Amino acid sequence: MIDLTYLNDRFEHLQQASADDGIAVIRKNSFDSFNKTGLPTYRTEDWKYTSISNLFDESFAQAGHTITLADLDALRMPGHHKANELVFVNGRFDATLSNILSTDDELTVLSLKDAAKGEYKDLVARYLNKSSEYMKDGVHALNGAFIEEGVFVYIHKGKTPQHPLYIYHILDGRDHPVMAQPRGLIYVAENSRLQLTETYATLGVSDSFCNGVLEVVVDQNAYVEYYKIQNDKSNASQVSTTHITQIGRSYVHTVTVTLNGGVVRNNMNLVLDAAGNETHLYGLYLLKGKTHADNHTMIDNKQPNCFSNQLYKGIADDFSTAVFNGKIMVQPDAQKTNSFQSNKNILLSDNATINTKPQLEIFADDVKCSHGCTVGQLDEEALFYLRARGIPKDKAEVLLLQAYAADVLAHIKPMAIRAYVEKLIYEHLSIV
Amino acid sequence: MKEKQGPLEQAVSNDYKYGFVTDIDTDTIAKGLNEDVIRLISHKKNEPEWMLEWRLKAYAYWLKMVEPDWANVKYPIIDYQDIIYYAAPKPKKQLNSLDEVDPELLSTFEKLGISLSEQKRLTGVAVDVVMDSVSIATSFKEQLAEIGVIFCSISEAIQLHPELVRKHLGSVVPMTDNYFAALNSAVFTDGSFCYIPKGVRCPMELSTYFRINTENAGQFERTLIVAEDESYVSYLEGCTAPMRDENQLHAAVVELIAMEKAEIKYSTVQNWYPGDKEGKGGIYNFVTKRGICKGDHSKISWTQVETGSAITWKYPSVILKGDYSIGEFYSVAFTNNHQQADTGTKMMHLGKNTRSRIVAKGISAGHSQNSYRGLVRASKQAINARNYSQCDSLLLGDKCGAHTFPYIEVKNKTAIVEHEATTSKIGEDQLFYCRQRGIDPEAAVALIVNGFAKEVMNQLPMEFAIEAQKLLTISMEGSVG
Repeated sequence: MIDLTYLNDRFEHLQQASADDGIAVIRKNSFDSFNKTGLPTYRTEDWKYTSISNLFDESFAQAGHTITLADLDALRMPGHHKANELVFVNGRFDATLSNILSTDDELTVLSLKDAAKGEYKDLVARYLNKSSEYMKDGVHALNGAFIEEGVFVYIHKGKTPQHPLYIYHILDGRDHPVMAQPRGLIYVAENSRLQLTETYATLGVSDSFCNGVLEVVVDQNAYVEYYKIQNDKSNASQVSTTHITQIGRSYVHTVTVTLNGGVVRNNMNLVLDAAGNETHLYGLYLLKGKTHADNHTMIDNKQPNCFSNQLYKGIADDFSTAVFNGKIMVQPDAQKTNSFQSNKNILLSDNATINTKPQLEIFADDVKCSHGCTVGQLDEEALFYLRARGIPKDKAEVLLLQAYAADVLAHIKPMAIRAYVEKLIYEHLSIV
Repeated sequence: MKEKQGPLEQAVSNDYKYGFVTDIDTDTIAKGLNEDVIRLISHKKNEPEWMLEWRLKAYAYWLKMVEPDWANVKYPIIDYQDIIYYAAPKPKKQLNSLDEVDPELLSTFEKLGISLSEQKRLTGVAVDVVMDSVSIATSFKEQLAEIGVIFCSISEAIQLHPELVRKHLGSVVPMTDNYFAALNSAVFTDGSFCYIPKGVRCPMELSTYFRINTENAGQFERTLIVAEDESYVSYLEGCTAPMRDENQLHAAVVELIAMEKAEIKYSTVQNWYPGDKEGKGGIYNFVTKRGICKGDHSKISWTQVETGSAITWKYPSVILKGDYSIGEFYSVAFTNNHQQADTGTKMMHLGKNTRSRIVAKGISAGHSQNSYRGLVRASKQAINARNYSQCDSLLLGDKCGAHTFPYIEVKNKTAIVEHEATTSKIGEDQLFYCRQRGIDPEAAVALIVNGFAKEVMNQLPMEFAIEAQKLLTISMEGSVG
């Protein structure tokens, strides 16, 4: 059991330093909630297979950094020269490193503090930390308790920004272990469009832990594409919560790709709070070494006539562990819901583990819901086919795994990002 | 809007036809639970010292445990001091033949459709009946004894075959397993014991019939089945209870042990009183059932039809320890009115080349909640483990809920595990098709539901299958329109 009392001091210090920034109440409530629930243990149902409490060690500092533009250049994703880039360093939004190309009538970027006081204060008050209604655990509460330098993005009504949005989470682990708790709120107004890619990078050799929460609110007739790419160092851990609320009839499309990391936990929450919403969730995890990846998805169907589809595919090799938990809830009012889910896994090593748990909770009768999951191996016959044609076993395996991953990758719509991920995967699979 | 009386409604005037109470003298002890009560139960049953020690140990352990709350069911807190832990029909003397059984008792079971005398000889099923806390009679004992099969109440087994009981009791479900198993270990009063010796194929179906009669009494029975090498047994279990406003607790433990090349087929038709339409009364059915495929090539098959109980909370499981062993689970769970069911199975693959198959069908109507909760675990040693699970839910009405919680844990790269689940309501087109052909809505729904459950019903022995099908139709009464 690790000592968490240092959090009290840090919390008090933060509350005093920014007492009147409009978010103090949320921080206070979150910290109370954390004190009540504490960190999850393996007895906490949602954290049964994933243990993270050791990541809250005091030695993980939240101190300053020495990241420069040159450091950032090395991490940039393809297409960055045409993208709006938001940079978080050690969990704090850094405006000087960030670069906004879109005009202010298309897309507005503010720090959360400023947004909570200015023109958008009603939106912030209404939607910030809505995720806590679903996420009752201490990890999520801790992020809320330490909201400091967060970001607020507003996509204006009827606008389709020319430039996609890239979010980088950089952790400076060059001197000491580092912990970051980034926070963001994005509002996609009526008839607008957003394409968003989020990625993580730790510099240096020290351990890092990033406990991030991003909330996205999607209004009537809006269209959102969201990509999360996780290929950090083997000692870089993450809890990444993406909480998307569709308040108007809208379309959301997400792809999560997890390749490398320490303990990686993704919470992908979709609240379908308007009739006729459409949602697609895709996920791919290709795990080697000792990586532990846990994908939790939650779709709450609250209104009628919604459609959702989920496809999560994964591979676990070496000593890795893959966890999938897909929860679909259909509330009594959500008649005529169609909700489908599929989770496929390949286990390549006897030291690897796959734990999967699809979960349906249905309170309406006129619904079509299904889920399926499989755990298996590479097809012997396909492997034989390739080897019979002179392709060596390891090459043949990489080929088959690439084909397996392609089902999900095909749903990454921007070509630059898809090519980038394909390259990462090829490198990831080829290193033995 | 009520349709005119269909043949179905005429046939069944009562919602729960087993709800009567038999007015019979019973020997009950005072409410409450403490060490003295356990000593008293043990004394009344004339048990050896080791049995009493075992019970007391379980009780001490139970005191330290907390009641679990993870299941998807809601019920008021149970007051364990407000339950009668022992109730036996009087007079309790050694019975040698059925003629000596109290006629009142015999007629109770006649009413339930379980005849202990003549008729049963024709159907050829050996029956052990348990009323409240004790076993009343066991038929066909002599015939079974001739081929070496032991089939008797567990109390009798403790007296006559202590070495067998001592060896196997608690070996599959240890007393420390869970809250209700610990409670059962401390206070169990009766149940069935059956032992199939090496190489014997049990020539008839063995059956136990459980009946709760006394008010405020809890039923805690314990069943132990041991199948030695190359033997086979098919075992049936049925249960009913009177209609009462209070909830009654039923916490049973069933243990199955299959040695090399042995096969055990265990079928249950559970029809405890489910409570009235407002959800008042009914049985809390908190049961621990587990089997172990100890030897290679052994097989355990669970089939259950769950229509009764206010709350059902049970997970018949199989530990697949022997290589090439097979576990099966077939289940139909029907909930109506305010019933709640949280049921499913666990398949623990430990041996090589083990296989398991799960088919679970849930049907919910009225205000009921029906959950499937299952675990399939392939351990590191379980090379070539294979599992296929299917769980389908059917919703009748918009006030009920259907839930699935399947857990899959795989630690072996040669294992193949598949799971699929669907939830839907009865298709309008299916209903239309039936109605167009002159079948009234209620009968049409019954037809479709029976078709939905067919895959599981087919696994039941003949006599049971017919009964179960009827039961399903009756339970559905009033859930349509």
